[in-house]
Amino acid sequence: MTPLQACLLISAFLFAIGFAGAVTRRHAILVLIGIELMLNAANLNLIAFWRFGPHPEALTGFIFVLFSMAMAGAEAAVGLALIIAIYRHKKTSNLDEVKELKG
Amino acid sequence: MIWIVKNLWLIPALPLFAAGIIAVNKQPARKLAATLAIGSMALGFLLSLCAFAATLGHHGDGVFREVFSFNWIQFGGQWMDIGWVLDPLTAIMLVMVTFVGMLIFIFSVGYMAHDENFMRFFCFLALFAAGMLGVVIANNLFLFFVSWEIVGLTSYLLIGFWYHKPSAAAAAKKAFITTRIGDLGLLLGMVWLYAETGTLNFYDGGKGCLESGALATMLTHATIGGMAVSTAIGLLIFLGAVGKSGQVPLHVWLPDAMEGPTPVSALIHAATMVAAGVFLVARVYPLMSVGGIIGTHGVPVTTSLTVITWVGAITAIFAASIAVAQNDIKRILAYSTVSQLGYMMMGLGVGGVAVGMFHLITHAFFKALLFLGSGSVIHGCHEEQDVRKMGGLKKYMPVTFAVYAVGMLALAGFPLFFSGFWSKDEILHSAHNWPVSHIPFLLGCTGALFTAFYMTRQVALVFFGNYRGHEEKSVHGHYAHAHSHSSESHSHDPHESPAVMTVPLIILAGFAILLGFVGTPAWPWFDGYLTGEEFKFDFGKLTEPGTLGLMVASAAIVFTGLGLGWFLYGKRQRKTVAEKDVLEAAQPFIYKLLENKYFIDEIYEATVIRFNAFAAWLCDFADQWIFGGAVLLVKYITVGLAWLYRLTDEYFVNLGFDTGCEALREGGGGLSKLHTGRVQTYLRVIGVALVALIIFLIWGRKA
Repeated sequence: MTPLQACLLISAFLFAIGFAGAVTRRHAILVLIGIELMLNAANLNLIAFWRFGPHPEALTGFIFVLFSMAMAGAEAAVGLALIIAIYRHKKTSNLDEVKELKG
Repeated sequence: MIWIVKNLWLIPALPLFAAGIIAVNKQPARKLAATLAIGSMALGFLLSLCAFAATLGHHGDGVFREVFSFNWIQFGGQWMDIGWVLDPLTAIMLVMVTFVGMLIFIFSVGYMAHDENFMRFFCFLALFAAGMLGVVIANNLFLFFVSWEIVGLTSYLLIGFWYHKPSAAAAAKKAFITTRIGDLGLLLGMVWLYAETGTLNFYDGGKGCLESGALATMLTHATIGGMAVSTAIGLLIFLGAVGKSGQVPLHVWLPDAMEGPTPVSALIHAATMVAAGVFLVARVYPLMSVGGIIGTHGVPVTTSLTVITWVGAITAIFAASIAVAQNDIKRILAYSTVSQLGYMMMGLGVGGVAVGMFHLITHAFFKALLFLGSGSVIHGCHEEQDVRKMGGLKKYMPVTFAVYAVGMLALAGFPLFFSGFWSKDEILHSAHNWPVSHIPFLLGCTGALFTAFYMTRQVALVFFGNYRGHEEKSVHGHYAHAHSHSSESHSHDPHESPAVMTVPLIILAGFAILLGFVGTPAWPWFDGYLTGEEFKFDFGKLTEPGTLGLMVASAAIVFTGLGLGWFLYGKRQRKTVAEKDVLEAAQPFIYKLLENKYFIDEIYEATVIRFNAFAAWLCDFADQWIFGGAVLLVKYITVGLAWLYRLTDEYFVNLGFDTGCEALREGGGGLSKLHTGRVQTYLRVIGVALVALIIFLIWGRKA
């Protein structure tokens, strides 16, 4: 097993954990945490492909991931703000009860 | 070009504007209406005098003639011109129409003073003047025709001015329709003329339809029966003149036109409009006379002119004989007008433009005078028109009597001092020399005898003897008499008319006398003026055997008529209203015939009107059953088609559309069920789909 394969395996595992969390949890914040895990799995992939790719000296993957993480931070802030707004409005953070977009 | 030629259009335009301004003003603005109408005529009269002055002093160097034309309408590659012409014929008519018109307008102020539609009256009068002056100045048959129709329209409007009287409304319609028959001829002639010559301009520097080039072309072309085209067109145009100037057989409308207010009768149906027909013939005289053989008397003889002469002569005697047996003061004058128009036509036919036009001008003055005088009489006698109920008015209306006597003597042709004598004598003189036939001359002489007779009869009945107007009232008015006898009988007495009415009469009377002296054989100024030929003052001509003999003969005829009339009606006055007429007692059959105007109206009633009614019935029948049936068929086809369309629409188009919509809506509803609103469900579906995709890709690669 090469280091790249190990990294990809870990990241796939991480993604699976995140996905499971996002899909199964009822609490909105836990779903958000799951989503963050999946995002980090993707970041890990990017780092791995850069680190073990043909040009590890170019710092491209690193910069890219840095941007991605900044974006993730912003996204988490927006997501949390949304959750707080929903909570204030509905007095709950249970996602099963938030279904206004039902067709 | 002299300034007046360019500005000749102002003369008809002024009354036209006056009519327009009167029409848009609010009632009642009597002063404004009268001022505008009279003022426009006075201005027109001054301009006419300028135009007249411009045409003077050209004796011996041909006819003075200036035209002003401009393009008006383009159709195809050709331009229709309109324009005006100033020549002696126009100038003399302009002066006559504006002057007589102005006097009649002034008279109307008094006559119509109590009419509530005073403004409408003056609006129509001004419009009429505009039309008539347009006719006079037109240098183009088209402009002529338009003005001619305006004149016809205002004639209709003014005859029917008191349209609440059924007889007036009927008379208006009769006048309009009868003249329309003539106008159809004129229109056809006009179209034909245009087809032949390609222009409707009378004079156009050698290119006009009355100038030698066009005339020669028309003379060489022949039409049905070998008749020259110029003759055919001339006769068609003459048909228009027959309608407008009340010649036999289209004269029937003119006596009925007396239903209009008396100033209208004076202006339109005596002095000016009816003269338009004569003027038309005078205007197109070159067309009428082209190719004629110049006889010994120096006047061309052509088919058209022969027809004109005969129609005129027959009209002259025919109408004069009817006038003998009429009892309505205006009707007598109306038939006299018809008869005099006949003389004018005859004069044009036998003696040329100058002879006919001279009688037209003198007649305009004395006939306007007579009509306005009769208006004054009617006004003074409290709207009574029956001469049998008048009598003795000499005492009550001295001014009216004096001027009426002048008019009557002028019309009768009293020798030497009155204009009618000179103008009528000239016609008879020309007729005497006419090489074709002597009968028109004899008819004219007999007509002159009748004229003197019926005018004497009328004057004797109206002005002499005792007033018979009280008779009827005293039978019906006992009740009133019992109360206040003296004042009642006084208020029923005839009274003299106000100065606004008598002054125009006096002026007209002056002209009725003086005007004759411009056309005596000794000093033929009028003839020289119209033809542009040299003439000189020569007393010797009066005593030439032909002239003198004829003058003596016609004087004898006039005196016979006057004497006979005075003997029968003046010396032995009728005592009562109901008394039989002297002629009726002597010759009941002939009198009946004349009193009923030779039953011409009845003959028309039995033939033309019946035919017309039959045609109308036929048209109605066709309309109801043939065209109506076709319309019904179309209707049913349309309804059937509409029914078919409705079915298709409802059961085919609508149904299909509805089904489609329903399906779409249900499908949408089904799909919307997938939208649960739960975010995690969506994520789950995405996850499952991703796994499925990956599995598919892996499997796909393996295969």
